[in-house]
Amino acid sequence: MSQQASQSFWQAAGKRLWRDNLAKFCMAILAIYFVLALASKFGLVAADWNKGVGVSFANPNFMADEPNPFGKNSQMKPESVPMDDATRAVDPLASYEAQIEEAAKAYPAVEEKRAWSLPLGGDKWGRDVLAKAIKGGEVSITVGVLAALLAVTIGTILGAISGYFGRVIGDVLEWFYSIFTAMPYFLLVLAIAGAVGTKGIAAVIIVLGLTGWTSVYRLVRAEYIKQRGREYVQAADAIGASQSRMMFVHILPNVSHLILVQLSQLVIDFIKAEVVLSFLGFGVPLDSISWGVMINEVTVELVLGKWWQLATVAIVMSTFVVCFGLFTDVLRDAFDPKATRR
Amino acid sequence: MTAYLIRRIWQMIPTMIGVMLLVFFIFNVFGADPSVILAGKIPNKEKIAAIQAQLGLLDPWWMQLLIFAKQVVTFDFGRSWSTNEPVSALLMSRAPVTLTIMLQVWLLDALIAVSLASWVAYRRGSLTDRTIVTISTAAMSISLLLYVVVGQYVIGRVLGWFPVSGWAMNDLWTNLTRYAPLPVFLVLLVSVAPSLRLYRSFIVEEANQDYVRTARAKGAGEGRVMLVHVLRNAAVPIVTNLGLQLPGLLVGSFLIEKIFSIPGVGGEIVLAVSNNDFPIIKAITVYTAMVTMIANLLVDVLYKWLDPRVEFK
Repeated sequence: MSQQASQSFWQAAGKRLWRDNLAKFCMAILAIYFVLALASKFGLVAADWNKGVGVSFANPNFMADEPNPFGKNSQMKPESVPMDDATRAVDPLASYEAQIEEAAKAYPAVEEKRAWSLPLGGDKWGRDVLAKAIKGGEVSITVGVLAALLAVTIGTILGAISGYFGRVIGDVLEWFYSIFTAMPYFLLVLAIAGAVGTKGIAAVIIVLGLTGWTSVYRLVRAEYIKQRGREYVQAADAIGASQSRMMFVHILPNVSHLILVQLSQLVIDFIKAEVVLSFLGFGVPLDSISWGVMINEVTVELVLGKWWQLATVAIVMSTFVVCFGLFTDVLRDAFDPKATRR
Repeated sequence: MTAYLIRRIWQMIPTMIGVMLLVFFIFNVFGADPSVILAGKIPNKEKIAAIQAQLGLLDPWWMQLLIFAKQVVTFDFGRSWSTNEPVSALLMSRAPVTLTIMLQVWLLDALIAVSLASWVAYRRGSLTDRTIVTISTAAMSISLLLYVVVGQYVIGRVLGWFPVSGWAMNDLWTNLTRYAPLPVFLVLLVSVAPSLRLYRSFIVEEANQDYVRTARAKGAGEGRVMLVHVLRNAAVPIVTNLGLQLPGLLVGSFLIEKIFSIPGVGGEIVLAVSNNDFPIIKAITVYTAMVTMIANLLVDVLYKWLDPRVEFK
């Protein structure tokens, strides 16, 4: 009789995930985003996003010949005033002209070379929209992932303690949980963001992480209550495993797949929350860029008919979030094949 | 029943104290000094000290906490630190504005999402079902901010169907017909998709139960099966979700109110947070926490009414 080694839970889930074409497609796209984010982190791409490389509101390359007030087919002609005796007579600075010219020579004028058009267009200061989208992606993804990690860590530890020990400790933590859920989520975020202040990206991560742990806590606590009475935990207890060992070595691996799905969901939620926070003025500081900051700039541009920054940030951000959302759905199914979504 | 209600209301007290402590801690430990903001552009030490004394910031922390507790019990949160308006009057003028928008959103969202969800759940697995679920997944992934920015530009500016922003004071009819439709529509675009997906899963779950087959077997019509048998049972989780949305109605949408210049509670919160206007924040957090807890209680009582098998523990 041939004996086939049974697959471990993770192997089986990984296989189910890999069999799904949609998951493969989403993972490929997400991989591109993460590689770009890392590359921009180490300054390989989009390092000079903050530099005006093109003219103000430079056209995108595919419509470079469209008229643009500051571009190639500009219909705006600079007015030149010839200096003749009539103008000199009324110009109070005329007698100082030679002096001014002399003084100006001390400062060599370097003419900046600015591109008429950029791959995906430019913003008001002539910054490259593509570079901004990449750099903004780095910031948004960093905020989403780190805040989700923080929230999941807090939620898991509190949930594990509350579910495993129960009794007074459980009651105290339940009280703590009820405080955080007694207010609408965004009110809490705004209150903490306002109090902590916008001191940088780290502040945004801390604010989102400190407020977003409740869903993880609820789930982990329920799981720990369920797992606590299982035989393998009793067995571990019988052979003298310590409390913390039972909590984090024995039980945690059995609930970690649920936590992973939560992590994935929180990344999406936090990226969206960061956009809103930045718009309201409590997000990333003014000298950095994120997708939220970009959307914020768009409102003014639209009125001027400059739609390319909006289109870029909309497509880039939505693709990422859609792929992450679909990936989360597939991940949930892969870990829990019996659950029916359909 | 009465004993249950009394116990539940009794349990609200520790949560309320926790909310108070949290708000107090956040603003007294991390918050910037509001007197510096109030002292104006050229602050001097005496002026700041005078304002601090006036606001009671120099009292010991337990004294300040005690005053806060008294405010919660008496529902009198004093005056705004930045405008010196009484907080209660301020909130009374803002809350109806927010409700004008959010009540419509709440009702329409429930109506559209439940009817669409029952329709697609009834035809589950079909092309319509999959199309609508995919569209909702995609719609959920786009940021609210994008919908609002683009929607305001296209509908308000390019098409000109509704004003880009604005609000008429004390004129409900103008607001309902002129200023509210666009924000309501844009919020609905965002809020219907997640509700639809959630309600669909509830209804599908019920539609797979044995009693549905029994109902069909005894000859009940499809409409009766869906409306009387399935929806009645799916109503329990749906009502929970609707109840959980209630506190959000009070706060409104920060984004919508800011972008459409609607003078509601959400905009007031953003302003208060940036000014460190502690009395307003205290009042709003305490009120919403109360509404949240009462809404939760209401949902639990509704359970009993919807499903008589539920026992109060």
